[in-house]
Amino acid sequence: MAERALSLTAAGLAAAVILLLLTPLGALGLSLRGFSLSGAELAALRFTLWQAALSAGISVILAVPVARALARRRFFGRGALIATLGAPFILPGIVAVLGLLSVFGRAGWVNALWGALGFSPFSIYGLSGVVLAHVFFNMPLAVRMILHGWQAIPAERFRLAASLGFSPSAIRRHIEGPMLREVLPGAALVIFVICLTSFVVALTLGGGPRATTIELAIYQALRFDFNLPTAARLALLQFGLCAIAYVVATRISLPSGFGVGADRQGGPPAPTGWHRIADVLAITFAAMFLALPLLAVVLNGLPGMLALPSQVWAAALRSILIALGSTGLSVAVGLVLAMAAARGRGWPALAATLPLAASSLVLGTGLFLILQPYFRPASLALPVTFIINATLSLPFAFRILAPEACSLYVDYNRLSASLGLTGWGRLRWVVLPRLARPLGFAAGLVAALSMGDLGVIALFAGEGEATLPLLVQRLMGAYRMEVAASAALLLVSLSFALFWAFDHWGRRYAAS
Amino acid sequence: MKYLTLAALAVFAPAAHAETPVLNVLTYDSFTSEWGPGPAIETAFEAICGCDLVFSAVGDGAELLARLQLEGARSDASVVLGLDSNMTARASATGLFAPHGQEGANDLPVTFDDPIFLPYDWGYFAFVHDSKLPDPPKSFEELAASDLKIVIQDPRSSTPGLGLLLWVKSAYGARAPEIWAGLADNIVTVTPGWSEAYGMFTAGEADMVLSYTTSPAYHLIAEGDNSKSAALFEEGHYMQVEVAGKLAAAPEPGLADQFLTFMGTETFQSIIPTTNWMYPAHMPAAGLPDGFDQMITPQKALLMTADEAHAARTQALDEWLSALSR
Repeated sequence: MAERALSLTAAGLAAAVILLLLTPLGALGLSLRGFSLSGAELAALRFTLWQAALSAGISVILAVPVARALARRRFFGRGALIATLGAPFILPGIVAVLGLLSVFGRAGWVNALWGALGFSPFSIYGLSGVVLAHVFFNMPLAVRMILHGWQAIPAERFRLAASLGFSPSAIRRHIEGPMLREVLPGAALVIFVICLTSFVVALTLGGGPRATTIELAIYQALRFDFNLPTAARLALLQFGLCAIAYVVATRISLPSGFGVGADRQGGPPAPTGWHRIADVLAITFAAMFLALPLLAVVLNGLPGMLALPSQVWAAALRSILIALGSTGLSVAVGLVLAMAAARGRGWPALAATLPLAASSLVLGTGLFLILQPYFRPASLALPVTFIINATLSLPFAFRILAPEACSLYVDYNRLSASLGLTGWGRLRWVVLPRLARPLGFAAGLVAALSMGDLGVIALFAGEGEATLPLLVQRLMGAYRMEVAASAALLLVSLSFALFWAFDHWGRRYAAS
Repeated sequence: MKYLTLAALAVFAPAAHAETPVLNVLTYDSFTSEWGPGPAIETAFEAICGCDLVFSAVGDGAELLARLQLEGARSDASVVLGLDSNMTARASATGLFAPHGQEGANDLPVTFDDPIFLPYDWGYFAFVHDSKLPDPPKSFEELAASDLKIVIQDPRSSTPGLGLLLWVKSAYGARAPEIWAGLADNIVTVTPGWSEAYGMFTAGEADMVLSYTTSPAYHLIAEGDNSKSAALFEEGHYMQVEVAGKLAAAPEPGLADQFLTFMGTETFQSIIPTTNWMYPAHMPAAGLPDGFDQMITPQKALLMTADEAHAARTQALDEWLSALSR
């Protein structure tokens, strides 16, 4: 009975998500007849795919040694570092770009050091800049996802390996290899699709029209040419690419199936010698790469802090309420879909991945066309933002919950069934306690992302309903760059505080 | 969840509607923000109209037209304010606007007489640089020959970007592709909008940024900082003229007319310079605020007519793309 209820709820939610994503395309007048791409669109497609593949590949490759080092070493500040890994991802695009430029730009710290050593300055603009920024955003996310994979390996497996005298390379082959085979394709998929829809970052650091992405072509079609069917066609192309990437990743990925453990504490063995040196280097490099641009964001934002206008507080409150609402919705839907996916079905995962490829501008415009005959757009600004943010962040909630929901089902389904634990009882005594860690992380990430998103509210917002990201944009538009940097710092701090609170709760709850 | 909804309602509930008529004006974001002209203009107009003036805002001038096309005749706006003169040909073609019926006189440096759109302010595009920059270039050709690094905006997503495209086109005509090819190695990057470009410039990423001749006035007047200047180009400077128009399906046509008349008054026009940082379309009797006299004055004002701009855009964009994609 409970199984059927879960199945039906999941199917209903998946259908609702897909409907929400595709109906706007219809409203824009999507026509499939004569689907072809112009030369400029083909060039944009090539660049989009190439930069997304590079960004995903490099992020994941760099993330593995960092995640392994974090999994097997214990050091002062480890917890803080793991929490900070969530920070780059939640930075608003332009804020992160200015932070990165303070470090790597023409007038940045690295170039200053470089010049002092007598080298001629280097420029990051172009493909390298785009990939650098995408790796900065996404590598930490990959580290967190892979680290969860390491932590999900039962400690007994490592003990067994130790008692069998496994060398580090044998552990890699028999324990860590299968785990990576399960986790990496999903992590790479998520990053690839995120980078598919990159726009502000890709264009600003891309150095010119060579770095045109599909999302820019959508933007142009919607705003300058008012060619709605073209925008819908390109948005469909993004969904298509996402679906293909999803199928490829699913083919590559294999479930590892380590079986149940006894929840003993203890991570993977920590070999000494050069392994130790490599781990120290990996952690140092990652920490510097993440911390320097973040430090720049803080330094850019501090001077104008006292000049913050009074409206920021109302805007901040509005943003927090939207974020909390979106978080509840997104994590609940993510959990239902993850539990359905754990029963071996593929469609919940696809439905929960597609929003990654959604263009928020197309989504917003489509919804605007659908709702506007019946409602005043400004009266819908907040509900629409709330639902869109929840939908757009669903993929993250799902990706984080799915692997552990899957092991949970494999490992505990029979025990729960034999104890007659179903429905709420199972949720209360099995699911929530065992998924507390990923639930906390997922909720934190979704909350932080929902603080940052402004793609949709800009279309609906009327007078006096600004959220914090919109206010940052308004300040910049009024020449107030310094105060904008401070408002951005406030936004980042609040996002991070939300993220930290949820994530910390999850880890505490899981440990108790 | 229920409490959250209640809390949200409490915070977001709109103020109770009074019996006074409401004039909705659709504009762009920075016009109505707390630092733009919007709040002062709202107070001043409400004092004389016996109405409630409500601004709804979308991102920028380009988005404004797209938004209007989305809403079509269903829009509850009576006036649209903030279109760029480069887009008025397309805006008139939508058939959504009605003639303004006002006396069209204005103080623009070029003739601007349009039966549908009334200008309320204008400015010249210019490259803004640090005042300490030695020998700022005096033309596009000098800029192209220099090692100076510039940040510009993308003409596919921003109005200043489109303005630059038409600036080069109207100054150089058939030589435009050659000028762009020469500028290619000066361009650090192309940003989606004005804010990103200006932010990168103030962060020191480029020597110059495409903005307005009046941008230094903001720094001078609002911040007491004279460290920014605009470079004077011999070939002349392209103008941005910002206009407003009355919608044919205006729910409040009378108030719309009253607002367009108000737009030409001393009250409205004297708010513009230090809030929108542009020149007023009608010079106030008291002249411009102190500080504006230090701004450069181009010898030649360039502006294509609405139809010319519309016709030139596609070709100019192709030339731009091929010169910078190499």
